Amino acid sequence: MSRAMPTGTTMLKYDFIINALAAAGIVAVVAGAVGYFLVLRGQTFAGHALSHVGFAGATGAVLIGLSPFWGLVALTLLAGLAMGFLGERVSGRDVAIGMVLSLSLGLGLLFLHFYTSFAIQATGLLFGNVFGVDRAVVYTLGFIGLTCLIVLAVITRPLLFVTLQPELAEAKSVSPRLLSVLFMAVVALAVAEAAQIVGVLLVFTLMVGPAAAAQRLSSRLGLGVLLAVLLGLGEAWLGITLAYYTDWPVSFWITALSAAVYFASAAKGSLAAAA
Amino acid sequence: MTAIALDRVTISIGNRRILSDVTLTIEDGEFIGMLGPNGAGKTTLMRAILGLVPVTTGTIRVLGAPVGRGNRAVGYMPQTRTSIGGFRLSGRDFVVSAANGHRWGIPWPAKADYREADRALELVGARELAMRPLAETSGGERQRLLLAQALLGSPKLLLLDEPLISLDPHHQADVIELVRRLQKDIGIAVLFSAHELNPLLGTIDRVLYLGNGQAALGPVDEVITSPVLSRLYGSAIEVIRLNGRIFVMSDQYELERGEHLHEQGHAHGHDHA
Ligand SMILES: Nc1ncnc2c1ncn2[C@@H]1O[C@H](COP(=O)(O)OP(=O)(O)O)[C@@H](O)[C@H]1O
Ligand SMILES: [Mg+2]
Repeated sequence: MSRAMPTGTTMLKYDFIINALAAAGIVAVVAGAVGYFLVLRGQTFAGHALSHVGFAGATGAVLIGLSPFWGLVALTLLAGLAMGFLGERVSGRDVAIGMVLSLSLGLGLLFLHFYTSFAIQATGLLFGNVFGVDRAVVYTLGFIGLTCLIVLAVITRPLLFVTLQPELAEAKSVSPRLLSVLFMAVVALAVAEAAQIVGVLLVFTLMVGPAAAAQRLSSRLGLGVLLAVLLGLGEAWLGITLAYYTDWPVSFWITALSAAVYFASAAKGSLAAAA
Repeated sequence: MTAIALDRVTISIGNRRILSDVTLTIEDGEFIGMLGPNGAGKTTLMRAILGLVPVTTGTIRVLGAPVGRGNRAVGYMPQTRTSIGGFRLSGRDFVVSAANGHRWGIPWPAKADYREADRALELVGARELAMRPLAETSGGERQRLLLAQALLGSPKLLLLDEPLISLDPHHQADVIELVRRLQKDIGIAVLFSAHELNPLLGTIDRVLYLGNGQAALGPVDEVITSPVLSRLYGSAIEVIRLNGRIFVMSDQYELERGEHLHEQGHAHGHDHA
């Protein structure tokens, strides 16, 4: 390989890097777009809790001989639908959600206890293992991600309406319950995807970080969603690149970049307000 | 045409009777001030007119047709929730979200929706401030944006639920003047609920006073009287007129002012993230 080539090309000759970049790219786009509305609706804690439910799903699935990925997707989706049914203001039920979150981690631990040889993979589940992603997983993530984006696109208008003006939306025959259920289903799928990249404990970093920063940076809806997607994409890809060159964990780099971007955007907001 | 016609309407929520056998008619183009103590049913009546709360008995007709949800000829401004001030979205995006916001499909509003939102913003003189994030607007400015939202689709009837709440007297006067001007210019009926009568004196055509499950509709001088209000409050009420202002007193305690302060605390309690 020629020295004159940009450094980026050296890492791109590896399949596992290509797969990691593709998977992280897909997930960042989905998490950014879905996360934007999650932040807008003040339901970030619910999103955080969903990923923990996924941990119990993944470990439980392994215990009964199923794929951890589908166990995670299934239980997260189920929990998301339940949260949606429980009502608009899931965000207000912080204690109940926190209890479910802890219980899920506890259950996951119990399932691991019964299936000790799985323990090594547990770190991957909790903190992500993006370099372990193969081509088949990329396609699955692509398919689920596309489903999320399509459903989100279809519900965006009424979802936004019911989020900003619930009483008025109700007066125009928009059903808050239906939208809440559909949206939480989309969130659950996006969370399950994000867990494949950064692990269930760090889902916040992709779902909430870029979206919250985007809302600080732009007050325009379309631009905000686009920014959330681009920031997520940048954080994910730069994180993988930095991990490749430093040999530090990808998830560390993504969380570091996500936090840096968020706090920079918050500081910029405060400066602008002070000026 | 009549804007709102209630015919022997009774509304109960749970075991509580909010309105009991109320009959009244509000004409097209009238500006009605709706008053009554906290919990009298002002919000409930508006929700019934929108078809969100079913009547137990009787019928409500709105603009000549039976009530129905999603009536585009009725503009509605819900009682303000302070949480709106938490959004970082621009006022314009906030307003446009209500234009065809009930439709599924393409996520972004059409050009026509933006044109409609801008027209409504123009009417309330909020084109400039709509560019700012909601989080950076004052209570009075937010009220204008909400009013613009209620004006989307050129309604024939405007239901404004406590638009004066948590505004200082100066901004209260602004909002009332704005609504009055709009109501004259576009010729629509307005039902305007409030806790205090005095800011509305001289502007409203008639007053609708709720209390005790009953309603009294008529000119201020006929409704705001000791006998009528005593019936609506279910206790002895004294009405004192002083320098063009009216004070509604019960045992030397001025009712409306106390209600108003109470309701402000109440509104904060409803706030959610
Ligand atoms: N969804 C509801 N469920 C139970 N009670 C309600 C509901 N909405 C309103 N009420 C009751 O109906 C009464 C009238 O309330 P409301 O219409 O909000 O009064 P106002 O707007 O005049 O303050 C109150 O006693 C209130 O507690
Ligand atoms: Mg009310």
